Amino acid sequence: MKWQDTHITEVLVIGAGLAGERVAVEAASHGHECTILSLVPPRRSHSTAAQGGMQASLANVAMGYGDNPDTHFEDTVKGSDWGCEQDVARLFVNLAPIAVRQLSYWGVPWTRVVPGKKVLPDGREIEDLPEKEGLIAQRAFGGTAKWRTCYAADGTGHVLQYSMDSMVIKLGVTVHDRMEAVALIHDGEKCYGAVARCLRTGAFRAYLAKATVIATGGYGRIYGTSTNAVINEGTGMAIALDTGVVPLGNMEAVQFHPTGIVPTNILVTEGCRGDGGYLLDKNLHRFMPDYEPVKKELASRDVVSRRMMYHIRQGYGVESPYGPHLWLDIRHLGTEHLYTNLREVCTICGNFLGVDPAKDLIPVVPTQHYSMGGVRTNIDGDAYGLKGLFAAGESACWDLHGFNRLGGNSLAETLVMGMVVGARVADYVKEAVVDFSPPLVSDAVKQQEARVQQLMASKGTENVYALRKQMEETLLNKVGIFRNEADLQEAVATLADLYARSQHIRLRSNGLGPNPEMSAALRLPGMLRLALCIATGALNRQESRGSHYREDYPKRDDANWLKRTLAYWRPGADKPELQYESITINELPPGDRGYGEATGVTQLGD
Amino acid sequence: MEQRTLTFSIFRYNPATPEITPRMQDFQLDENPNMTVFIALNRLREEQDPSLMFDFVCRAAICGSCAMLINGRPQLACKTLTADLPDHITLMPLPVFKLVGDLSVDTGTWFRQMCETTEAWIHTDAKFNPKAEEERMDNAIALDIYEAERCIECGCCIASCATANIRDDFLGAAGINRMARFLIDPRDQRSPAQVFEVMGTDEGVFGCIGLMACDFLCPMEIPLQTQLALVRRKMMAAALSCKCKH
Ligand SMILES: Cc1cc2nc3c(=O)[nH]c(=O)nc-3n(C[C@H](O)[C@H](O)[C@H](O)COP(=O)(O)OP(=O)(O)OC[C@H]3O[C@@H](n4cnc5c(N)ncnc54)[C@H](O)[C@@H]3O)c2cc1C
Ligand code: FES
Repeated sequence: MKWQDTHITEVLVIGAGLAGERVAVEAASHGHECTILSLVPPRRSHSTAAQGGMQASLANVAMGYGDNPDTHFEDTVKGSDWGCEQDVARLFVNLAPIAVRQLSYWGVPWTRVVPGKKVLPDGREIEDLPEKEGLIAQRAFGGTAKWRTCYAADGTGHVLQYSMDSMVIKLGVTVHDRMEAVALIHDGEKCYGAVARCLRTGAFRAYLAKATVIATGGYGRIYGTSTNAVINEGTGMAIALDTGVVPLGNMEAVQFHPTGIVPTNILVTEGCRGDGGYLLDKNLHRFMPDYEPVKKELASRDVVSRRMMYHIRQGYGVESPYGPHLWLDIRHLGTEHLYTNLREVCTICGNFLGVDPAKDLIPVVPTQHYSMGGVRTNIDGDAYGLKGLFAAGESACWDLHGFNRLGGNSLAETLVMGMVVGARVADYVKEAVVDFSPPLVSDAVKQQEARVQQLMASKGTENVYALRKQMEETLLNKVGIFRNEADLQEAVATLADLYARSQHIRLRSNGLGPNPEMSAALRLPGMLRLALCIATGALNRQESRGSHYREDYPKRDDANWLKRTLAYWRPGADKPELQYESITINELPPGDRGYGEATGVTQLGD
Repeated sequence: MEQRTLTFSIFRYNPATPEITPRMQDFQLDENPNMTVFIALNRLREEQDPSLMFDFVCRAAICGSCAMLINGRPQLACKTLTADLPDHITLMPLPVFKLVGDLSVDTGTWFRQMCETTEAWIHTDAKFNPKAEEERMDNAIALDIYEAERCIECGCCIASCATANIRDDFLGAAGINRMARFLIDPRDQRSPAQVFEVMGTDEGVFGCIGLMACDFLCPMEIPLQTQLALVRRKMMAAALSCKCKH
């Protein structure tokens, strides 16, 4: 390693999405020096893809009048199927309105209230009052009792990220993009920073800091199909797990969305079905009424996903080079409706499928969408297990979402948790000093350099892309929407085998510089460790809760399973060690979610 | 539809092996239905040459990572369907930006620099009051700001700009559009004279020679010509009012 390349900073934030940038802005506003690492320029982070909006109980629009943090709290806890930390949810709902307004102050062009009478699709007439004119507008999202989702036209995530990044630039926060954190530097008690690999040159570099924050987003891409960006590979969670002392919480809690398009898995909004779209099978038969005579296509997000997968398994999927899919039919909604109310859907279909939804069917399949699990932290954002390590955003398990996240709550989480953790980190670094032992640092870097050398010299036979494909398929087929003992056992065995084989990868290219095959080979073992945490957690949890659905245990079981999974990966182990902890339930005791189906949740939106 | 075999001619250069000079390399690939250049490049990497470098993030035309020259024209590779292209497809990295390797270029550094030069953030003396209701705004203004804010910093306008190709300090359509976004935002308290310092120069609006390839090529269909005219008009007004005062 080259010591002269070592970068020293007070706060090291790994990840430049909304959560990471919000933490950095808070810490920098308290006068602390921050450095952000990111795989890509901040404005290309996955947060920019969120279109729907963020929840905060402002009560600005007619359908939101009377809303307050209590109602938001209740929606969140029910949505989580009582898996969330209630003190965290309480803190969150109280701060969300402040976060939204602060973003307005920083420049977000939130859509605003235009007063007047309006007619809803179901014929109800409502009126937005003149005294609310110009306040932040809010729209409906599933699973919420009130219209609470603040939005900026059809690009909420984009404008939030651009405004956050403008603050990062204003405050002069250092950003190193194309810089991938590949290991944490720690001694089993305290975290001293991270080793990173430059994706421009392939070189390793040590970053030393008083506080290190993981804000690396979700791991969607370890599943074969995901609505997530292609860089969402979970490496941030993996390096926390690799320490052997930091646990990941509830990794088996994985959310699926019914309508990702085939082949690119880009999300099309649930508004298509909300507005009256049908799902058809290979015989062009509308099958949802067969399963759900009352709610049909409008049954809850997890129920529809499950019915779709079941129908495909029965052999009714449409074959394609990209695997079987079903059709979404919105032709009957009419050109005018489609081109005004579902404009983004038309654009996506035109751009990525070359089809016109007014005339053609849209190929769709249920698709991995959100990771509820992540680096387990306390309510302040301190990671379990290591002092000086924090986490925020989708990569964290703060535990706001429990076993099912509500649409619109994750953008809000990135900003609220970013604010909370940023303030906590600012406090922490005031007391802390940069101290580290040079051998600890150089050993951490050498260990990574050795991995590269080993891959360059490998006599193995395994192909990184082939192994990766098998991991994706195993998770999708055996640890997906339907889960059962036999499949999960098989998944754990297959993944364990793939993990062993991932130690014998041989590159087919020279691996020099920013070589993408080398990057993939370095990442794969960590991704497989996450996959094993998910599969093992799912196998152990003998109940159905939120998005975790066990065919062999279809009911929620509060007597035995009202608890959170903590997955550890001890040094040298070949499988995770699971522990359980209790959930903070200080306000709302477990009850019926009120969605009709025991494990269902109605969620419209993104 | 008859299945085609496509030929991709791809620019290759890895800075880690400078002794190998830049070259074009040909690959063959069977076309599948709904194949985008994103899918094609990933298949080429996984099946034929795992060292191939390119950038995709959202693969949904949202993040601006994947602009490249496709048969000579700057566009987003993720939203380009191969069905719309001839059998022979040439892929080159975007000009103007620093090359990272093969089809990958460093747009991030360029855009951060542009944002620093234009001070692309809200300038205000107001303090945020966490207890207060938000400041009101007319929805029409919010939508106008949103329209300009839709830029995804992909770099297509810069790559196609005659001035940016010869002057590396030119802010280009992306920079001018960014400034327009703040000019129409009532929260930004900068005076026309302050904006003039950055924009009323040859690096700013007056560097544009009016070819307007940017307006034609913008994947987000932002009306760049209109935005440029807006900033120009404001800069002329600022220049005149400064002169009058002297
Ligand atoms: C299609 C889609 C639509 C959505 N719509 C909504 C919505 O309407 N409302 C809502 O509330 N939520 C929505 N979500 C969820 C929400 O967008 C995400 O949960 C949220 O944006 C995550 O933000 P983040 O900051 O935690 O992570 P990200 O935005 O994913 O950022 C992660 C950052 O970490 C960096 N990084 C990752 N690994 C490393 C590493 N090893 N080293 C260095 N840097 C690293 C990346 O470069 C990136 O900068 C949607 C999600 C999807 C997929
Ligand atoms: S990959 Fe994001 S715009 Fe193409």
